[in-house]
Amino acid sequence: MLIELGHFALILAFVTAIVQMVVPLIGAQKNWRGWMAVAEPAATAQFLLTGFAFAALTAAFVTSDFSVALVVANSHSLKPMLYKVSGVWGNHEGSLLLWLLILAGFGACAAWFGGDLPEKLRARVLAVQASIGVAFYAFLLFTSNPFLRVAVPPFDGQDLNPLLQDPGLAFHPPFLYLGYVGLSMSFSFAVAALIEGRVDAAWARWVRPWTLAAWLFLTIGIALGSWWAYYELGWGGFWFWDPVENASFMPWLFAAALLHSAIVTEKREALKSWTVLLAILAFSFSLLGTFIVRSGVLTSVHAFANDPERGVFILAILAVFTGGALTLYAARAHAMQAKGVFGLVSRESALVANNVLLAVSALVVFVGTVWPLVAEMAFGRVLSVGPPFFDAAFTPFFVALALLLPLGTLMAWKRSQGGRLMRQLMPALALAAALLLLGYALGSGRSAFGPLGLALGGWVLGGAMVDLWARAGRGAVAARLGRMRRLPRADWGRALAHGGLGVTIIGISGLLAWQREDIRVAEIGDSWTLGRYEITLQAVRETEGPNYLTTMAEMSVQANGREVATLYPEKRFYPVAGMPTTEAGIDGGLWRDVYLVIGDPQDGGGWAVRSHLKPMAAWIWLGGILMALGGVVSLTDRRMRVAAGARRAPAPVAAE
Amino acid sequence: MKRLALILALIAAPAFAVEPDEVLDDPALEARAREISAGLRCPVCRNESIDESNAGVSRDLRLYVRERLLAGDSDTEVVRAVVDRYGEYVLLKPDTSGANLILWLAAPALLVLAGGVAFISIRRRASGPEDRLSEEEEARLRDLLDR
Repeated sequence: MLIELGHFALILAFVTAIVQMVVPLIGAQKNWRGWMAVAEPAATAQFLLTGFAFAALTAAFVTSDFSVALVVANSHSLKPMLYKVSGVWGNHEGSLLLWLLILAGFGACAAWFGGDLPEKLRARVLAVQASIGVAFYAFLLFTSNPFLRVAVPPFDGQDLNPLLQDPGLAFHPPFLYLGYVGLSMSFSFAVAALIEGRVDAAWARWVRPWTLAAWLFLTIGIALGSWWAYYELGWGGFWFWDPVENASFMPWLFAAALLHSAIVTEKREALKSWTVLLAILAFSFSLLGTFIVRSGVLTSVHAFANDPERGVFILAILAVFTGGALTLYAARAHAMQAKGVFGLVSRESALVANNVLLAVSALVVFVGTVWPLVAEMAFGRVLSVGPPFFDAAFTPFFVALALLLPLGTLMAWKRSQGGRLMRQLMPALALAAALLLLGYALGSGRSAFGPLGLALGGWVLGGAMVDLWARAGRGAVAARLGRMRRLPRADWGRALAHGGLGVTIIGISGLLAWQREDIRVAEIGDSWTLGRYEITLQAVRETEGPNYLTTMAEMSVQANGREVATLYPEKRFYPVAGMPTTEAGIDGGLWRDVYLVIGDPQDGGGWAVRSHLKPMAAWIWLGGILMALGGVVSLTDRRMRVAAGARRAPAPVAAE
Repeated sequence: MKRLALILALIAAPAFAVEPDEVLDDPALEARAREISAGLRCPVCRNESIDESNAGVSRDLRLYVRERLLAGDSDTEVVRAVVDRYGEYVLLKPDTSGANLILWLAAPALLVLAGGVAFISIRRRASGPEDRLSEEEEARLRDLLDR
């Protein structure tokens, strides 16, 4: 019964979205206030209805209702509760329902907190937002209905893909979707502005918090996914340039670019049409990501739930929205006159450079991701594009970006002086030099990339600190520190996010340059050394988990005769799904991870064992956390809250 | 569904890539072997190099690579030997022949183009046509001042 109610609520949400798409748009065009006012209650209703549908599906998963086809295919009564819940979005239909719930949620937020928006702009934004919803409701209801029943309910389910039964991955999709779908707000604002033919500082001010929120969710989602790959896939890799990873990385790059160009539009009324174009591109790449994941057109490790026929539907959605928005852009972009004038050495120029480099980096990822497809269709060449290509083609642009970053943050608007800038940045330069020397002193012996990467990360991290320091004004150290504490949160957010990028660069460089690996056959009781650690295989046991069988090794890690940790790497087998997984045993630390993997028993006795020493691994995700934290801190800045339309503050409609 | 499960089982059994018995005694040679394997795609997997994959064919390829290295082949000779057998599909880093130039040059070309456009338009704007008055405006200004 609840399932049918959920299904019905979803259909009602579809109908509501159609109303919300059509009525306010006509109202805004004809200047009918009553028609425009429909948008707000419709957005609320649509959110509540979709929320009910989602709750109904979740209830089916939690109670293991095996009369629902989706639950049968993706759940099992023995599965731990966490994974029963995460099973809701661990499949195609459920993940799309979550996608829609978030879309409706963002629309409702714009309706609730957008009271300060000009009436027409708000009506149009909500209508465009609803039109995205309409397309996806249709997609869900007509091709991927999550509420289908089975005629003869089986005794138990087929279990969720065991790789997905992991706390890191349980929350990876929701964050990623919050990011993907968050960009729909920027898109709706961009299209509404194009319909209106007006982009000004106030518009950019409204767009910024939504973009920032989307970007920070994407950051968390990507970091979670990469962390999961690190400890779950058993290779100790953190990024594979897999098409699905790229699908989330491209919107992240575009969102970062949009974030920066919207600042120029807000503060200086320049780069207007470019900002609008970026907003369209960012969401288009989110849709492209959805297409890549859902259609399975680019085969990859992530192909958990794909279906080519559905791919065509999403491709149509992608074509309509991207094509439509770009056509509108081509017709209207000339209406947006830039006002701000700035010199070649100025913060505006630095932000333009940031945008160019981010867009070019995204293009590298895009071309590399689709090239196998294009080469096969257009040139009849079957080839692959993998990590070595991306490492070689992507890195130079990102290095250039990192080199420019500290310079850009310290430049003044309009016109800046190079000499003063370099004097200010001396501490950052010193930090970079120190890390470079340290890197050489550690002597990887393998390549110069390790020390150079450390120096680059130090430059960015140092630059972020100098940025805060410089903003605290002049005078005595104590006075400056005091002023630093009272700096606007946006300043802290910026420094945190930029510093986080530096930390991640340091982590990646350290890991890639100094990681060590040992592969061997070990008998119980064998010891071997890895770096300064001595590792001993103590025992191997066969045990049982709630819904899996496991081969669990007990391995002790010692340094200088002192016990450091005892780790339990596992090889699990999930009988229902018929799949094995690896659970690495990891002793994490700030400076290094000891990463142990147990393999198969060998014919001649003993076990295959792999042990890795991964220096600085934690820094990669620490940097991600700092970036996301920077986003959160910025969002809590008063100026952002005002922009998002909190009730307390009156809206500053005029530009600065 | 069964086939999918089988494929998933193949790709998702990452427990072991390089087996202990494959490792060469000479660490320098082994390092080269790893380097080469990381650039060769496992022909039957989804987006995995033979260094990461534990499919049978990957193991065969890893052993073949090491065999060639022991026989004294250079890195490029080893890669070419594998490509001759399996086609360019196994190369994770495509070469720069023919249409692949598009893949390699698209981004640098965009950088030059976008950088150029940005540079010129900022220069033009910085020199400030918007700050200055046009000739007509100058004339009108003189007219107003003279009056």
